[in-house]
Amino acid sequence: MLTLAELEVRRGATRVLRGIDLEVRRGEIVALIGANGAGKTTTLHAISGLLPVQAGRILLDSEEGEPLRLDRMPATEVVARGVIQCPEGRQLFAGLTVLENLLLGAYRRSDREEVKRDLARMAELFPVLGERRGQNAGSLSGGEQMMLAIARALMARPRLLLLDEPSLGLAPQMVDRIFETILALNREGVTMLLVEQNALAALEIAHRAYVLETGRIVRSGPGSALLDDPRVRAAYLGLGT
Amino acid sequence: MSAYFLQQLLNGLMLGSLYALIAIGFSMIYGIVRLINFAHGDLLMVGAFTTLGLAATGLVPWWAIAFLVLITGALSGIAIERVAIRPMRGAPQVTGFIATLAVSVVIENGGLILLSGQPRTFLFPEIMRSRVTVGPASVAAVDLVIIGSTLLLCVLLLLFVRGTRLGRAMRALADNLLAARLMGIDVDRTIMAAFAIGSAFAAFAGLLWGGRFGQIDPLIGFAPGLKAFVACVIGGVGSIGGAVLGGYLLGLAEVMFVGMLPPVYSGYRDAFVFATLILVLLLMPNGLLGRPEEDRA
Repeated sequence: MLTLAELEVRRGATRVLRGIDLEVRRGEIVALIGANGAGKTTTLHAISGLLPVQAGRILLDSEEGEPLRLDRMPATEVVARGVIQCPEGRQLFAGLTVLENLLLGAYRRSDREEVKRDLARMAELFPVLGERRGQNAGSLSGGEQMMLAIARALMARPRLLLLDEPSLGLAPQMVDRIFETILALNREGVTMLLVEQNALAALEIAHRAYVLETGRIVRSGPGSALLDDPRVRAAYLGLGT
Repeated sequence: MSAYFLQQLLNGLMLGSLYALIAIGFSMIYGIVRLINFAHGDLLMVGAFTTLGLAATGLVPWWAIAFLVLITGALSGIAIERVAIRPMRGAPQVTGFIATLAVSVVIENGGLILLSGQPRTFLFPEIMRSRVTVGPASVAAVDLVIIGSTLLLCVLLLLFVRGTRLGRAMRALADNLLAARLMGIDVDRTIMAAFAIGSAFAAFAGLLWGGRFGQIDPLIGFAPGLKAFVACVIGGVGSIGGAVLGGYLLGLAEVMFVGMLPPVYSGYRDAFVFATLILVLLLMPNGLLGRPEEDRA
């Protein structure tokens, strides 16, 4: 569904991504793990059209046959093609209500009836959001905010969901719940690219995974295989060999 | 309530309405681009001279003049954004400030060259100048028109930002730029809309200002622009409700200082205005309704 080929991205004078290749197939959860500063968030921002691409390509399969060049599209177009990012640190509209946040998730959609139906679905999926629809997003707890961030992204009806550090700053119990939710959504057919520092949790649910180190992909393979890889275990899982 | 007090109250509400109309634009624009548009006050002048020009033809009815002034203001605001603000996006904030200051100098001096510094008179139609009795007080009809039309515009603006897709996008953009882009909001178009609406309001204030005080010149926007900026800071920069509140507080304070204190002090009205500002900021550094804001280039 999504292919990154030889992708290079700079931030200022620094080459953050030094030619990475990555593929996400329909129906998969693909994890991208790596240390702080490896370039994980930069990868997602490049896909979302927030950062200019220096070299290489970002291709998205399209129904019309020819893949689309996401690297040449502005952010508004990328969203319109169903590639939706749920950003690091949640980035909710803190001063707007829960309902308004959800409606903004559906900003590019014009099918009003379906949007209404999706709002009802979000209230089922995350009952607390239904109860607090009139409350400001900034007044929710950390876990509730994460649910709202995911629900807001789902309101866009993503073909591909880019999840950036969904477990960041959450209590362990809440992390479990979020990962359960991610798995459940995937079973319903949402394809995902998951960026995580919590490598163990990410590798456990991912079909395949890539390890990013200072702008290069250094390992890739099925999640379970990487869990057994001695170098990955030592560097990212804090486990001995 | 004494007749005198009611009279002063109405005067204060009238002046406050004018400040509020200008302050709304300051705040909307700051909220989205984190930039004080120093040329904003000059849109008052643009509105006043547009009114004068249209009224002088004698062909355009007043309701149409009001509509055309709003349009002219909106187009001027869009032009300012295109010429001076958009190219500065991503530059340090100071650069943007100086760019808008330059636009202000260009508009004012362009006005002086094209229109001359000679003050000109324009008058609202007879009916607007007639006196109306409100309880024990009597006011010019124009004052009630100013208060009424400001309230109407505020209600329309509130319905717009709360109830429409574009209005929601504006608030989203002011709240969180990154998230707004990730929702697929067209940032350029939304910024343009904010400039259009804020500037239309300021130009409309120009129509009212000219009609109320009778004389206009190309530098007429400077002082009200500064006061409206103060109003906007008092209310909390970036908050539309704060701008309206600040505008009315400032208008009322100004009139009350002059009306209630012994006449010797009336020359110090602006000193009182700025003392109020300092006091508010000492007690509430973010203004009455403002929230602490992150920096944004």
